[in-house]
Amino acid sequence: MRGMRPGSQIFLELFRPPIGEEWPEILRSAQDDNFVTRRSRLESGAFPRFELRATYVSIFPMNAEPLCAEVVGSLIAEIVLPRSAAPSTVGAPTIEEETRAEEALDLPWYVVVHNDPVNLMSYVTMVFQRVFGYPRDKAEKHMLEVHHRGRSILWSGMREPAELYVQQLHSYLLLATLEKPS
Amino acid sequence: MEICRRRNQIEVSELDPFLAELLRQIPASANPEGAPAAEERIFSSPTNGTEAEFRAEWKTYVEPELRRLFQTATQTVAADLEQLNGNEKSLANRTLRIPTKPAAAWLSALNQARLVIAAKNDFTETELNDHLHSPIGSRRDLSLFQVNFYGFLQEFILREMEY
Repeated sequence: MRGMRPGSQIFLELFRPPIGEEWPEILRSAQDDNFVTRRSRLESGAFPRFELRATYVSIFPMNAEPLCAEVVGSLIAEIVLPRSAAPSTVGAPTIEEETRAEEALDLPWYVVVHNDPVNLMSYVTMVFQRVFGYPRDKAEKHMLEVHHRGRSILWSGMREPAELYVQQLHSYLLLATLEKPS
Repeated sequence: MEICRRRNQIEVSELDPFLAELLRQIPASANPEGAPAAEERIFSSPTNGTEAEFRAEWKTYVEPELRRLFQTATQTVAADLEQLNGNEKSLANRTLRIPTKPAAAWLSALNQARLVIAAKNDFTETELNDHLHSPIGSRRDLSLFQVNFYGFLQEFILREMEY
């Protein structure tokens, strides 16, 4: 809520009535509600904190604008708009094409285990169960695929977990590679 | 030799000096140093020939970690094998007790030893599958027997640990 007051003060200044005229009723009540009365109440500790009320927000388009357009124009030009003697050097906006991370466009990576005549079938099955959490049936199916076909794709997906799987398989001394589909 | 599981340990009993010595050889056999073929097998490539950058990173960061892991496993096994220390006479009918807790280290060390021996001797698949090969008449035959003996132990540990 801190920071509301300066903006609100500018707002009410924009709608200051011409000299000799009085504030319209609705602005008077807004001014009263939001700043003068409330500030004194705040200072006196009657209210714990400042809150913006709905009436204040809604008066701009409905009631205030037609009342003092000239004042609004001069104040905006004075307060808001930056002035510069130099010609504008701002060119047309450059629209940057959105680029995605390489991984987002990546095809899945394969974790491949290759046949090895030394490793025991039961050992290889155990490793598949432990590394990938596969049930025994699935682990045996992959082990037999390695044995008969020379290789089996154990897992496919993002590169980072695939690398970790290959590392784990190497720690069990299996012949494992990280491959990208051709 | 008899092998069975008793509560929280695997017991290898009635070990004759020859088999006891083969067991004592596990840590030394698992060491691939000095044999490029064995080194290449233990620290195999993580890619199928592509991804040079990834392979370089693997060599720098992953291989040392794997080396440490394998060493830890063989050190654990070496500590367990201290039960078999002694002269040849005292090795007769000795019993080796392997606690089930470091069984994973035993599986790893046995696997390392089998892979290193097979790579050093360049055993073919036919040779490795010839389980009835006998008698041991050469160093190569002995190495093949060693691979099969360690394989038998691995199978037993796997079955008993219900992996």
